[in-house]
Amino acid sequence: MKRVSLAVILAAAAALSVQAASAQTLKTVKDRGQLSCGVSQGLPGFSAPDDKGNWTGIDVDVCRAIAAVVLDDPTKVKFVPLSAKDRFTALQSGEIDVLSRNTTWTVSRDTSLGANFTGVTYYDGQGFMVKKSLKVNSALELNSASVCVQTGTTTEQNLADFFKGNNMKYEVIAFGSIDEAVKAYESGRCDVFTDDASGLYASRLKLANPADHIVLPEIISKEPLGPMVRHGDDQWFDIVKWTLFAMINAEELGITQKNVDTMLKSDKPEMKRVLGTDGNLGEQLGLTKDWVVKIVKAVGNYGETFERNVGTGSPLGIARGVNNLWNKGGIQYAPPIR
Amino acid sequence: MSIAPRKPPLQFALRLKRALGGRAGWNGLAAQIAFAAILAWIAYEIVANARTNLETQHIASGFGFLNYNAGFDVNQSLIAYNNSDTYWRVFFVGLLNTILVSVIGIVFATVIGFIVALCRLSPNLLLSRIGGIYVEIIRNLPLLFQILFWYLAVLAALPAPRQSISIFNTFFLNNRGLVVPQPVTEPGLYPFIAALAVGIVLALGLRRTARRALFQRGQMIRIWPYVLGCLIGLPLVSMLIFGGPLQFELPQLKGFNFAGGARIIPEFVALTVALSTYTGAFIAEIVRAGVMSVHKGQMEAGSSLGLSRAATLRLIVVPQAMRVIVPPLTSQYLNLTKNSSLAVAIGYPDLVSVFAGTAVSQTGQAIEIIAMTMGVYLLLSLTTSALMSVYGWRINRSMAA
Repeated sequence: MKRVSLAVILAAAAALSVQAASAQTLKTVKDRGQLSCGVSQGLPGFSAPDDKGNWTGIDVDVCRAIAAVVLDDPTKVKFVPLSAKDRFTALQSGEIDVLSRNTTWTVSRDTSLGANFTGVTYYDGQGFMVKKSLKVNSALELNSASVCVQTGTTTEQNLADFFKGNNMKYEVIAFGSIDEAVKAYESGRCDVFTDDASGLYASRLKLANPADHIVLPEIISKEPLGPMVRHGDDQWFDIVKWTLFAMINAEELGITQKNVDTMLKSDKPEMKRVLGTDGNLGEQLGLTKDWVVKIVKAVGNYGETFERNVGTGSPLGIARGVNNLWNKGGIQYAPPIR
Repeated sequence: MSIAPRKPPLQFALRLKRALGGRAGWNGLAAQIAFAAILAWIAYEIVANARTNLETQHIASGFGFLNYNAGFDVNQSLIAYNNSDTYWRVFFVGLLNTILVSVIGIVFATVIGFIVALCRLSPNLLLSRIGGIYVEIIRNLPLLFQILFWYLAVLAALPAPRQSISIFNTFFLNNRGLVVPQPVTEPGLYPFIAALAVGIVLALGLRRTARRALFQRGQMIRIWPYVLGCLIGLPLVSMLIFGGPLQFELPQLKGFNFAGGARIIPEFVALTVALSTYTGAFIAEIVRAGVMSVHKGQMEAGSSLGLSRAATLRLIVVPQAMRVIVPPLTSQYLNLTKNSSLAVAIGYPDLVSVFAGTAVSQTGQAIEIIAMTMGVYLLLSLTTSALMSVYGWRINRSMAA
């Protein structure tokens, strides 16, 4: 009943709160002195508490970067863990200022939910994980399999489309949370566990014997994951959007957490514009001139965040792949800061 | 019975005043109208406010989404369903799954409750202790925990499909559930059902005649051979003439799972077991309280008539206890129905899981869907309540007679 009652309260709040519709998010956050950020209930690499209770992950770093530019302090973030099905209602009701929770950008979510996606933090795609002992090498060999999945995501529809499109039968068992789905997969209730590929690698770490399971090569969907804000507040939309773009631009220009102070002395016009030693681009956003410096000092550039949380330097060990910069063979591309 | 003097019949105007305004008369009526108006105004404000806010935030609203394709699958459905059906269909699939688990849970919970209560009341020390321990353990552990326990315990004990436990090569038990032969209808089905229906009507008629003979003339008529003849003989005759009503399709191992045959999924079993054992513990206490509320003298009167203990309980004590038992029993039935919404934890596709879960996140229309879901639970609860009230009323009437 807990889940329902939460949804009910949020729905009622969404319907009744007049404040939620106003275009004052920046002011509200500053007055409160804290950014309220919706994250997952624990997806390693994206948003999960570490052994000391500190939230870490790519999605978490986006929140910290926003707090750094808005409140001048990356620690002033309240992380609100949300299940897949409660996340949008929490954003609509104004309980959170930004939703940074491995959420797939789709047209229906961009329109009917009263919210906007601000960019792509991670290009993902849905995959399948199976036990090695099944001796399956391709998702096309999964006819008549039982599949465990987390409910309330795009995954269920992709799954239905994939099996229907390939004329295969299957049985779906949908669980309320990812942990329960993984537990059922591990106990043998399902042959297959399906999720975004990054999520599969993260979940595999939680299994008793990660080496006994493989992620199949097929990626059956496009899952661009990114942060979301409410409709109707263009200034806040710009701030969240350009915080991520600034991280990507910083990587492109070679600005890192270590060298940002020396870069401030650079004579290159582009560098001066980005770091705010010349012009007032930051102020146009409603922030300060040195906004990019604050972001890089707080969480590093996009590449640093990626490597630290999900890349080869982390337990997940995911290669950059499509998430590399556009000029290094990937598709991460941010509009210029000028 | 009635010794008090009869009151003169009320005049029409007075009667109307009484009905509308209660004891306070016309003043009461005005107060009631004002109260109703305030309630209506609040309801209107809530709806209007919600609508404006949804519009200003550009959140989709209305019930149009119910006719769109749902696009996802459900692993247990009592009606035909596939992923190109609408959200309406999803709603009914979820609703029927909720009703299925509630009805079966209520039946088992009642049986468990009565058995445990009789154990606790038994003069046998071992039985009464076992009943007591059962009640104290089960009702003091959180239900969600018990559901997860049964699910994981059931799953852990069962083998993978390829190593299924086979029962006569017809039933197969594995961690995907119990696979049973699927009944396929044959042309003989309709005559069979008709014969069975006629048999049931005849049997009921016989019972009526026998009871009347017993109560009015004190005559005992032995009817059971005729009843058996009606209930089994008639359908048998129909089967001989028109052929069997059903044929059974046997399950066969194919790929990962069994093809053909029907399947009872472990999620359903775990949820039903957890709900009925849990609610059964509460029902046991209610039944025990009901039986103990009947005076000891009734039991002694029964034994002085030479009735056995079982017969005394069945014929004298339990019917009187039912008057006390039925109202709290109703609320346990309601609890069971509402608790079935914990199903989402173990992936049983009930209404909350498929409709208030998947459908909400796909359409984003939380207000409409949650309102519909709450409406359904309210309707289910009120229906259960009404049925139990009728039952309680019949018991009271038969007691008074």
